[in-house]
Amino acid sequence: MSQQETMGYVHSVETFGLVDGPGVRYIIFLQGCAMRCQYCHNPETWAFTKETAKTPQEAFDAACRYRNYWRNNGGLTISGGEPLLQMDFVSEVFRLAHAKNIHTALDTSGQPFAPDNADWMARFDAMLEHTSLVILDLKEIDDEKHKALTGHTNRNILAMARYVADHGVPLWIRHVLVPGLTDDADGLRQLDAFIKTLPTVRRVEILPYHTLGLFKWQNLGIPYPLEGVRVPTEEEVKDAENLLHVRDYPDAPKE
Amino acid sequence: MTDFKQWEGFEGRIWKEEVNTRDFIQKNYKPYAGDESFLAGPTEATNKLWGALQALQKEERAKGGVLDMETEVVSGLTAYGPGYIDPELKDLEQIVGLQTDKPLKRAFMPYGGIKMAEQACTTYGYTPSPKLHEIFTQYTRTHNQAVFDAYTPEMRKARHSHIVTGLPDTYGRGRIVGDYRRVALYGIDFLIKEKQNDFANCGDGTMLDDVIRQREELALQINALKGMKAMAATYGYDISQPAANAKEAVQWLYFGYLAAIKTQNGAAMSVGRVSTFLDIYIQRDLERGLITEEQAQELIDHLVMKFRMVKFARIPSYNQLFSGDPVWATLEVAGIGMDGRSMVTKTDFRFLHTLENMGPAPEPNITVLYSSALPKTFKDYAARISIKTSSVQYENDDVMKPVWGDDYSICCCVSATQTGKEMQFFGARANLAKCLLYAINGGVDEKLGEQVGPHYAPITSEYLDYDEVVQKYDVMMDWLAGLYVNILNLIQYMHDKYYYEAAEMALIDTDVRRTFATGIAGFSHVVDSLSAIKYAKVKCIRNEQGLVTDYEIEGDFPKYGNDDDRADDIAVNLLRTFIEKIKRRHTYRNSEPTTSILTITSNVVYGKATGAMPDGRKAYTPFAPGGNPSYGAETHGLLASLNSVAKLPYHWALDGISNTQTISPDALGHSEQERVENLVQVMDGYFDQGAHHLNVNVFGKEKLIDAMEHPEKEEYANFTIRVSGYAVKFIDLTREQQLDVIARTCHKVL
Repeated sequence: MSQQETMGYVHSVETFGLVDGPGVRYIIFLQGCAMRCQYCHNPETWAFTKETAKTPQEAFDAACRYRNYWRNNGGLTISGGEPLLQMDFVSEVFRLAHAKNIHTALDTSGQPFAPDNADWMARFDAMLEHTSLVILDLKEIDDEKHKALTGHTNRNILAMARYVADHGVPLWIRHVLVPGLTDDADGLRQLDAFIKTLPTVRRVEILPYHTLGLFKWQNLGIPYPLEGVRVPTEEEVKDAENLLHVRDYPDAPKE
Repeated sequence: MTDFKQWEGFEGRIWKEEVNTRDFIQKNYKPYAGDESFLAGPTEATNKLWGALQALQKEERAKGGVLDMETEVVSGLTAYGPGYIDPELKDLEQIVGLQTDKPLKRAFMPYGGIKMAEQACTTYGYTPSPKLHEIFTQYTRTHNQAVFDAYTPEMRKARHSHIVTGLPDTYGRGRIVGDYRRVALYGIDFLIKEKQNDFANCGDGTMLDDVIRQREELALQINALKGMKAMAATYGYDISQPAANAKEAVQWLYFGYLAAIKTQNGAAMSVGRVSTFLDIYIQRDLERGLITEEQAQELIDHLVMKFRMVKFARIPSYNQLFSGDPVWATLEVAGIGMDGRSMVTKTDFRFLHTLENMGPAPEPNITVLYSSALPKTFKDYAARISIKTSSVQYENDDVMKPVWGDDYSICCCVSATQTGKEMQFFGARANLAKCLLYAINGGVDEKLGEQVGPHYAPITSEYLDYDEVVQKYDVMMDWLAGLYVNILNLIQYMHDKYYYEAAEMALIDTDVRRTFATGIAGFSHVVDSLSAIKYAKVKCIRNEQGLVTDYEIEGDFPKYGNDDDRADDIAVNLLRTFIEKIKRRHTYRNSEPTTSILTITSNVVYGKATGAMPDGRKAYTPFAPGGNPSYGAETHGLLASLNSVAKLPYHWALDGISNTQTISPDALGHSEQERVENLVQVMDGYFDQGAHHLNVNVFGKEKLIDAMEHPEKEEYANFTIRVSGYAVKFIDLTREQQLDVIARTCHKVL
């Protein structure tokens, strides 16, 4: 495959990410996402614009300048947008990173996962080989609710979780807690039961819904579907964490 | 070889033959690689004294910033009787000595300038003595008077327009750190004998200027040493002999420092590197079973309490420049010795622990001499204290040690100096941002509309051409560097003559190394402006007078602070160009010229005097502080910003490159332990690249805004933040500066 075909369309980078993967992370946010999550805090990454094109080598070299800060506790995270929509680029960047023993994390919604497409799966497998960690958002366990929330089914997303676990790749599972939308106890119990069937899960995180990305919707002129929805209380977050047994996992934040 | 019974148990020979504190330390200190679990909490006495002091500080704030002032007696070593924090609690004070006879009462110090000393009084509603006015205007002169008598019209103009500013021509130049440890190690009599020996060997009898001056200075130093003994006697101590135990060592050392702050009101009156030294005495007493850990900590707590009380009478224009009443009682911990051993001792932990025992505080300006090779336990503890208190700064021992050895102190906010072997001629800053505007406008000041710089040809085109701007900037900077060095030469000459630092110099080798510390203001704005001119299109907007007063930028351009070599190379070149222009000049007393990129809080005042810049900075708004990238320029996160600053070679800016960063706690990690580990990793990564300095603040913007709106809340009474090169209580800043701090980038994750 020629380099031209694997160009990555980068929305932005964050050199100091400390919550998207273990340790100190360099995060590449790729441009473009098909999901339309109602609480998205990066709606500016939805569109498939092709402004900043980078070769994998260029993207990797830029990241590598921060190796000093990673030591044995950090590395490279590719997020989005939706990185699986630029899987070949991700695959190549991760391959370069693994060649230098750098930890790689894929931060994804799992939405593009296509288990019935053999060609797609072959490319996915190639990428997974150089992926140290998959950070997967499980937004809603109930498929109908998931569709309402994101515009897409969750079946292939749950299938991806299973597939990654079956291949022995470590997983962090994330769930955004939106009061009245994704916080019902039953749903959380079902989610917990599902996560328990995945042997490689090393951390489960509740991300409290916040409104810090609201201004971006306004800037983009998109009506904000969660207008008026409040952020969860500390207690609600704690309850959800208990239901998901977040402290039982080996990478749970150190107290 | 001299020997004292007070030295029993100490190893080594050379330090007994000559005054050599470093040799004593290296032969006797015990590195400590353990963790902080041995530390003791505050004693009842500490709590009582600190409680009393906090009440006084509260009263001081309620009275508008000054609790009490002296108006009748000129400050000196024995000018005022002994003072205590609280006469009722006098016996609880392990370490004694105040600047005046009452706590937080400001002394009358006219030698820098009588006008300023008087103005400081009247500002706070006090009436200075008319008799002193008569003496200092009719019978003797002050530094300020002498400098202004000698200034040229060009110098006055440059000062007025703020192209050079913050000059120490109205107060003490400061920055001289006496080796206060010598008082404890040798006692005053030994030090007098050594200085007398120097006096006897000063010159070969030919009375040249240098020799005459040296002899007079030595006489002043010997007098100061005698004065220190008399000063200590008023507190019931005889410091003629070496300190016999830990308590005496701390007390003797403090008397040395007290002598400095009773006789000088320099902007920076630093304490120096004392922790490893004091640990030797504490360790000896602990091993002999003479004291407990509680008592050891109490000594350090009480010493630090004294450093928290240092005050000078200042005028409003000074407070605008250096906001929040700082004195830069800078005190270092850690570092690595030349032989590779860590210099971290238990007392290095004890000094950091004062921030837990007595809460956060801006003074002393605690500085960790950092290396990734320091013991992990210590790095973790320092990071923990930073996260908790935002009161600590870090400086790279790995880059300073090759230049200054392993016994340097920090003599101001961030500048290194060899303890007891060096003095500095402090020289404020040249406003390189304004200089760029002069290059464009042919030396006419964009704010005053007057010709201040030389009448060179201005730029007349509508769009700025990079090569033309660079060429014009180079010649304008040449003019500025020459003028600036000459102003400083003049100031330093007069300071030596009228406000000589006899007490500090008495504790420094007679054969002294002198550095000449220049500085740069507006650094990031010049870099981004040149980048805008090079990579985007910059259109000039002229006023009726034909002066360029604003700029329109068309297109995007790389900015300093994003690890982008296109902008960062401009930064590196700018520094090199400036220091080379400084180095060409003759500097007073054959001092070694250095420069700095640090502005303290003066970035606000400098910015106020400077018009719009081609980087899009609006007229009369604050500069970014020190070596920091400009507000809003950083778009790639903290580490990209750190990498940009780390590219500036320290050895071209030996006076220091300050960098202040604020990190939101949530962005630093999920738990305290994670935050500690991540912060240590950030510092290891940053300093291993050769960066010089980092101020670490850990709090969110919301807390700053709340503290600004509700300064009365109890939780904000001691809320301390790091600004450029020092720490300050946030509620003591002017509202303008509070807004400036809030406007700065806070690194967080959305």
